[in-house]
Amino acid sequence: MKRSLPLIFAFVVGVIVLLSEFIPHRPFNQIVSTLEQWFMIISGFAILLGQISLIRMNTHKIYHRLPDWQYHLAGLLSFAMMLIFGLLWGMQETPGLLGSGAGIAAQLGSKPFDYLFTNAYMPLSATLFSLLAFFIASAAYRAFIIRGFESNLLMITAVIVIIGRTSIGTMLTGWLPESLEFWHIPNLADFIMEYPNSAAQRAILISAGLGIVGSSLRIILGIERSYLGGDK
Amino acid sequence: MKLSALAERRIIYSVLFVAVALPLIFPIGWTTEVSEYTRMAYQLIESTPEDKVVIISFDYDPSTMTELQPMSEAMIEHAFKKNHKVIATALWPMGVQMAEQAFSKVLLDYPEKTRGEDFVNLGYKVGGMVTIQAMGRSLPEVFPKDTQNTPFEEIPMLKNVRRLKDVAYISSLSSGVPGIKEWMMVARDNYQVPVTGGCTAVSAPGFFPYVNEQRQLYGLLGGLKGASEYESLIGRLGSATTKMDAQSIAHLLILIFIATGNIKAYKAKRRKKS
Amino acid sequence: MIQFMNVFGIWLAAFFTISIFSFLYKDNPFYKFSEQVFVGLSAAYWLVYIIYSIMIPNLFAKLIADFSGNAILLIPATLGVMMLMRLHPRTQWLSRFPIAIMIGTTAGISMLRYMKSDILEQVTATMINPFAAPDTAGVIGNLLLIIGTITGVFFFYFSKKQDGIFKVPSKIGIYFLMISFGATFGYTVMARISLLIGRLEFLLKDWLHIIQ
Repeated sequence: MKRSLPLIFAFVVGVIVLLSEFIPHRPFNQIVSTLEQWFMIISGFAILLGQISLIRMNTHKIYHRLPDWQYHLAGLLSFAMMLIFGLLWGMQETPGLLGSGAGIAAQLGSKPFDYLFTNAYMPLSATLFSLLAFFIASAAYRAFIIRGFESNLLMITAVIVIIGRTSIGTMLTGWLPESLEFWHIPNLADFIMEYPNSAAQRAILISAGLGIVGSSLRIILGIERSYLGGDK
Repeated sequence: MKLSALAERRIIYSVLFVAVALPLIFPIGWTTEVSEYTRMAYQLIESTPEDKVVIISFDYDPSTMTELQPMSEAMIEHAFKKNHKVIATALWPMGVQMAEQAFSKVLLDYPEKTRGEDFVNLGYKVGGMVTIQAMGRSLPEVFPKDTQNTPFEEIPMLKNVRRLKDVAYISSLSSGVPGIKEWMMVARDNYQVPVTGGCTAVSAPGFFPYVNEQRQLYGLLGGLKGASEYESLIGRLGSATTKMDAQSIAHLLILIFIATGNIKAYKAKRRKKS
Repeated sequence: MIQFMNVFGIWLAAFFTISIFSFLYKDNPFYKFSEQVFVGLSAAYWLVYIIYSIMIPNLFAKLIADFSGNAILLIPATLGVMMLMRLHPRTQWLSRFPIAIMIGTTAGISMLRYMKSDILEQVTATMINPFAAPDTAGVIGNLLLIIGTITGVFFFYFSKKQDGIFKVPSKIGIYFLMISFGATFGYTVMARISLLIGRLEFLLKDWLHIIQ
């Protein structure tokens, strides 16, 4: 029952969703509409589950004084601070449990939640991802090496696109006469993106699409059951 | 002189840091050309009649705001210029804050635009593709209230908007999943609402096949370059345009890194042979 | 006060920015601290938005406003609570029911949407008359589009061993993929540099006021 009933649920739900596409009338459209609303609410709980797991994991590390526990404590404190600010005074236009906190907002320039978002979350998030610029520069130097015909193709295309997407491309071949405008580097980059790149990406889309359709069918029919987890 | 891998890496990092910083301090003012994909997105918004209700979806977070925030601001400004009524939605929770920041910036130039009459922020909803499908059936069911807690029915600009089909176009600024692909799959392919937008440069090549004869996507803005192209089309000297000099110099530097790396590999190969 | 908090906010942002950048030199306590603060803030942000954007308007507010009319919402609420049961090993199995409903819905919708958008529409977009283009470049481009798509799909067809004559289209497919990966690399460079520009602009403009 613990395994077969969920499989039946997935089958019934999947089949109803499929049927509603071909019979867009009562009761199927109503059932699917209800399912979509439910999906949103259950997804909310799923995210809640993720947050609770994270807190549990952090608390465990702090409680048992595992390596780097101090940093996890900082993480937990910042979590608590942001959560409390958000719950009490809300964010942006949305009021919280204690209203909009006009007094505090007048002191800070914005609500405490928004203040933390702008001055802590935003720089942290943006800077963490900006590190990738350094890593890709390093990769360009160390790994982008010509080794054969195929890597040659990759290299030439990359170089044309890298130049073509900037002002340098415009300057380099901007002097070409109109009859040779195809060879103007930005035009060449556009051509590559529009045709050979689109062709390859389309092949990937079609192939991956077939894979997704296949695996969806396997899930609906109960052949693919890994999402149910272990047997406990 | 032989450098260790670590030393090499640190030199690369330092040179890149300086190469990006210098053009920001001393701007050059280079110009770029507008691509067809950006022009197509511009045309869709330009040709949409006045007073139409449109959706701009903020499907990104601060990690990619350098690329996507200028697009959002430019698209809001263009919609305001054309007197479109803008609904902001977000498939990413951080998108709600990004939307508010973009609106407050554009409103400095359009102080006459009012919340509820000319624009509204309906906020974040979880669920991606499934939720967009639900929006296709009923927007008030998905968004009972806006971010100010005003009920959907009481928002003046949404008087005649019940579902996705009632909006003129959807523009998604997207940095991943869920994002522009999900909007296109459901809103365009299922409900026939034109979808346009912008994405990070990383994901742009994968979306180009959708800009096809059927117009699954009505144009696409790819990365900071796309944003600067759009700014130039609407005549706005925005943040993307001012950053393009640094972008160009950094690209040049990456090419130098590639060339140096290849020369080094070639020399090593020859040494090995001999 | 507001003036001070503004300046403090910018210094806080600059501190976090430099702390993260310090990782480029080597891993250090400032980076580790900032990383964990990011995780904490991010989790709280999600939680607050889930509560204010989903739980309250789409569930609790509806139940409070009209309980009998919206009593059906007790089902997803119960399923949601069952999802939380995953936290305890003995009640973990209960979470399979909400997961099954979510997976079933997603599978059904994905199957339909991918079939249309990524298979049928893409095949349609490839079935074009290559010679209808207005210029030679367009004709060549269209031919490349058709050949590249077909050979690319052929390359991904793993059910039959690709040798002999079948090796040729597969090889051509690889060439197209290589061109696309090169283009993707070019675009990736563009994206990553943009992110760095954003951070440097903050440091030079908002923090140090070197640029206007």
